[in-house]
Amino acid sequence: MVSEWVAPIVITSIWAFIGIICPFFARGPNRGVTQCCLMLTAATCWLFWLCCYMTQLNPLIGPKLSMNEIMIMAREWGNEIKDTMAVTV
Amino acid sequence: MSKWWSCGSNQESNSIFRSEVMSLVQMYLQPEAAYDTIAALGEVGCVQFRDLNAKINAQQRKFIGEVRRCDELERRIRYVTAELNKEGHKVLDLMDDFPPAPQPREIIDLELHLEKTETEILELAANNVNLQTSYLELSEMIQVLERTDQFFSDQESHNFDLNKMGTHRDPEKSNGHLGFVAGVISREREYAFERMLWRISRGNVFVRRCDVDVALTDPKTGNVLHKSVFVVFFQGDQLQARIRKVCTGFHAHMYPCPSSHSERQEMVKNVRTRLEDLQVIINQTSDHRTCVLQAALKQLPTWSAMVKKMKGIYHTLNLFNVDLGSKCLIGEGWVPKRELELVEVALAAGSASVGSTVPSFINVLDTKKEPPTHFRTNKFTRGFQNLIDAYGIAGYREVNPGLYTCITFPFLFAVMFGDMGHGTILFLLGLWMVIDEKRLSKKRGGEIWNIFFAGRYIIMLMGLFAMYTGFHYNDIFSKSINVFGTRWVNVYNRTTVLTNPTLQLNPSVATRGVYPMGIDPIWQSASNKIIFLNTYKMKLSIIFGVLHMVFGVCMSVENFVFFKKYAYIILQFVPQVLFLLLMFGYMCFMMFYKWVKYSPTTDVEADTPGCAPSVLIMFIDMVLFKTETALPGCDVNMFPIQKNLEMIFLVVALLCIPWILLGKPLYIKYQRRNRPAGPVEEVDEIVEKIEVTTGKEIIITEVAEAHESGGHSEEDDEPMSEIWIHQAIHTIEYILSTISHTASYLRLWALSLAHAQLSEVLWTMVLAMGLQMNGYVGAIGLFFIFAVWEFFTIAIMVMMEGLSAFLHTLRLHWVEFMSKFYVGNGYPFTPFSFKDILIVVEDD
Repeated sequence: MVSEWVAPIVITSIWAFIGIICPFFARGPNRGVTQCCLMLTAATCWLFWLCCYMTQLNPLIGPKLSMNEIMIMAREWGNEIKDTMAVTV
Repeated sequence: MSKWWSCGSNQESNSIFRSEVMSLVQMYLQPEAAYDTIAALGEVGCVQFRDLNAKINAQQRKFIGEVRRCDELERRIRYVTAELNKEGHKVLDLMDDFPPAPQPREIIDLELHLEKTETEILELAANNVNLQTSYLELSEMIQVLERTDQFFSDQESHNFDLNKMGTHRDPEKSNGHLGFVAGVISREREYAFERMLWRISRGNVFVRRCDVDVALTDPKTGNVLHKSVFVVFFQGDQLQARIRKVCTGFHAHMYPCPSSHSERQEMVKNVRTRLEDLQVIINQTSDHRTCVLQAALKQLPTWSAMVKKMKGIYHTLNLFNVDLGSKCLIGEGWVPKRELELVEVALAAGSASVGSTVPSFINVLDTKKEPPTHFRTNKFTRGFQNLIDAYGIAGYREVNPGLYTCITFPFLFAVMFGDMGHGTILFLLGLWMVIDEKRLSKKRGGEIWNIFFAGRYIIMLMGLFAMYTGFHYNDIFSKSINVFGTRWVNVYNRTTVLTNPTLQLNPSVATRGVYPMGIDPIWQSASNKIIFLNTYKMKLSIIFGVLHMVFGVCMSVENFVFFKKYAYIILQFVPQVLFLLLMFGYMCFMMFYKWVKYSPTTDVEADTPGCAPSVLIMFIDMVLFKTETALPGCDVNMFPIQKNLEMIFLVVALLCIPWILLGKPLYIKYQRRNRPAGPVEEVDEIVEKIEVTTGKEIIITEVAEAHESGGHSEEDDEPMSEIWIHQAIHTIEYILSTISHTASYLRLWALSLAHAQLSEVLWTMVLAMGLQMNGYVGAIGLFFIFAVWEFFTIAIMVMMEGLSAFLHTLRLHWVEFMSKFYVGNGYPFTPFSFKDILIVVEDD
C-alpha cells in the first residue's frame, strides 16, 4: 500500500514544480505569456494524469482476454501460468 | 486580424491579456515636412489615421493629382510585368529589404525611366508585327513558287507559251493561250472559293490546289495558320478581271509567278535570301526586346515597392485637414500609448530631413470614442490570436481569451487526437516549420501553405500535447507499450487457461497496485476495452468541460472589475457560477467520489463494484426528484446526506435563474431613478484653440461620425423594455447553454474513440496483412504494404483526423468557452504601415 503513493507524489511534485515554481523564474518581454503557459500546462496535464490514475485506482471491471493473449502475456511479460490458483487478497 | 507590428518596445511586458492602451493624437504637420513625416510614420507603422475629409469625395482631395500619377506608374509597371510574363520571366515582389520611400523629385526620374521603357517595348512590339507580316508574305511566296512546279509540268502538253511571263502582267492577246493566277488562300475558304470561280466563268476555269505543309504564324495574334496554294487557269482578259475580284473577295493573296521553270528557280533563290535577311532582323529585334525587359526585370520589384509607398503616403495625406490660412496639415490618428515616443521621434525625423525650422508636433486628445483593439503579439501568440479574431475582435481593453488559448487549444485538441505515433508526426511537422522558419518565411507556397506556416506553433504544440495524451492513452498507432510493467496478473492455473477460450480477470484478486502513468497496457488487448475506456473518457470530457466553462465564467469578473461594473459581479457572475457549480460541478464531484468509494477489495458490501451507481442516472434522479430501488445489499446513496444536499443544490440553482433574470434590470432601473435630474446631453465636440506661428487661432469642431459607436455606454440610452428583453434572452441562453455545452464537451470522448478505432482498423486491415506474409515474397510485399499504410496514416489519420479535431476544438473555444464572457464587438487596429502595403499574399 505504501508504494501506491509514490507515483502520485512524484508526478504531482513534478507538475507543481513546473506550474508553481517555474513561473517565478520567467524573464523577458513575454514574461506574462510564459507564466500563463507554464501554469496552464501544469494544471491541464496534471489533471489529465489524475483522471487516468484514478480510473485505475479501483477498477470495477477486469480485462477480458483470449487464451492466446494470456499465453503471449505469460511469455512476454513474465506472468508465468502456474499449475495452481494464486489467490491473494 | 491582429498582425505583427514593426514597432517594438521592451519597456513593458508583452502580455496579450488585454488590448493596448490607445491614445487619440492630433497631428500638426508643416507642409514642407509632411511627406517625409508620413514616410517615417509608415516605416514605424504605429498610427491608424482617421479620415478628417469624409465629406469630401475622392476627386476633390488635395493630393489626388499625385495619387493619379502613382496610378499611372503602377499601370506601366503592370504592363512591363505582363510583357515579362510573356517572355517566361516571373516578376517576384520583394519580401524583405524594401527600399525607402522615394522623394517626390526622385519619382520624376522614375517616371521618365518607366515611360522610356514602356515606349521602347511598345515600339518593339509594333516593329515585330511588321516584320512578322513581311516574313509571312515571303513564306507564302516561297510556297507558291515551289508548289506550282507540279501544276505547270501537267500543263506542258497544252498550248502554253514557255517564254512569256505570268498573266498578272500584260498577258498575251493571241487566242488559244491559257493565262493563270497563283496565290495562297485559307484552307477553310478554298471550297467556297472554287465554287465561286466555277460559277462566274460558267465552268471555263481550271483550278489546282495543294496544302501548305509548313506552319505559318499570324503576326498579330501568334496563332497558327492553315493555308493552301492555288493556281487558276483561264482564257481571255475579261475572265481574268473577274477572277481577280473573286480572289480579293476571299482574302486570297496573289503572288507573281513566272511560267518558266528557270525563272521560278531564280525567284525562289531571291526570296530565300530575303527571308534569311528578314530572319536575322527579327532575331536582332527579339534580342533587343529581351535586353530591355531584362534591364527592367532587375529594377521592377524595387520600383513597384517605391510607387506603392508613395501612393500610400499621398492617400494618408488626403486624410488630413488642410488649413490654408495657417499653412499646416492637421490630422488625427490612434496610437498605442506605449508608442507615442516613437511617433514623436518620427515627426522630428521628418522635420529634420527637410531642414524645417518649425517642428511638427502632436497633441493627445481626450475622447469618448471607442478606440481600436490592438494586441502586441509575437510569432508564438500570433497564430492563437488569429483563431480568436476569426470569431470576433475583442472590445477595447476586454479580456482576451487568446492568452489562455495558447495552451487550452492544443491540449483539448490532444485529448481528441491522443496517439503518440500520430502526435509525433504532427510535432515533427510543426518543429520543422519552427526551426527552419527564417528560410520558410521567404517561401511562396500559396495560400494554403501560408495558413499552415502561420499556425506552425499551434501545430507543434498540438503534436507535443498529443504525444503526452497518447502516452497516457497508451496508444501508438493503436498499439500499447509496457513501460512500467502491467499491474494485472493472471491468477488462473494452466488447466483453466487451456480449457476456456476467453477469461476475464477479477480486479479483486488480479491487480498488484496501480499503473503509475497512463492506461495499463493490458487493456489494449482486452475485448472489453471500449467499455472501460468509454467510462474513463466520458468522465474526462465532462470534468475538463466543466472546468473550462467555469474558467470562462470567472473571466467575466475580470471585465466587470476592469470596467468598474462591480454590481454585476453579484448580479451576473455569482448566480452564473453558482448554477454551473451546483449542477455540473456536483456531477464532477460524484465522478471523483465514485472513483474513490467503490472498490473491488472493499469489506463493505455496499461499496463493491456491483453496487456502483451510474453518475448520469443519479444526476437525472436529482433533477427529477426520483429515488432508485437499491439492489440487495447496496445503498442507494453514495454518501449519507446525499439526498438532502442534492435538494439544497437544486433549490439554490433554480433560485439563480430569477437572480440572473431580474438582478441587472432592477439595478439599472434603480440607478436611473437615482440619477441627477435631467440627463446631461454630452456633445461630441472637441473644441481646440491652438496658436501657431502666424498667431491665428484654429477652431476645430469634430462631428461624431455615424459609423463609430457613441461616446458613452449603450446602456445609458437603452429603453427599459429593451434591457428587460436582452436580459431575458441572456438568461435563457445561459441556462440552456450550460446544459447543452456540457453535453457538447462529450465530443472529446467521441473523437478520441473514433480516432483510436480508425487507427486500429488501419493496423488490422493494412499493415498486419504484410506482417503475416512469409518468406522473401513476404518481405517485398511488406515493403509496399508499409508504404500504403504510411500513406494512409499521414493522409487520413494525421491530416483529415487532425483537421476534424482542430475544428471541433475551435468550436469548443468559440462557443462553449468564449460565450461565457466574450463580447467581441471591437474593431481591429490597422495602422498605416508600409509592410502591410507591400507584403501581399500570392494566390497562385
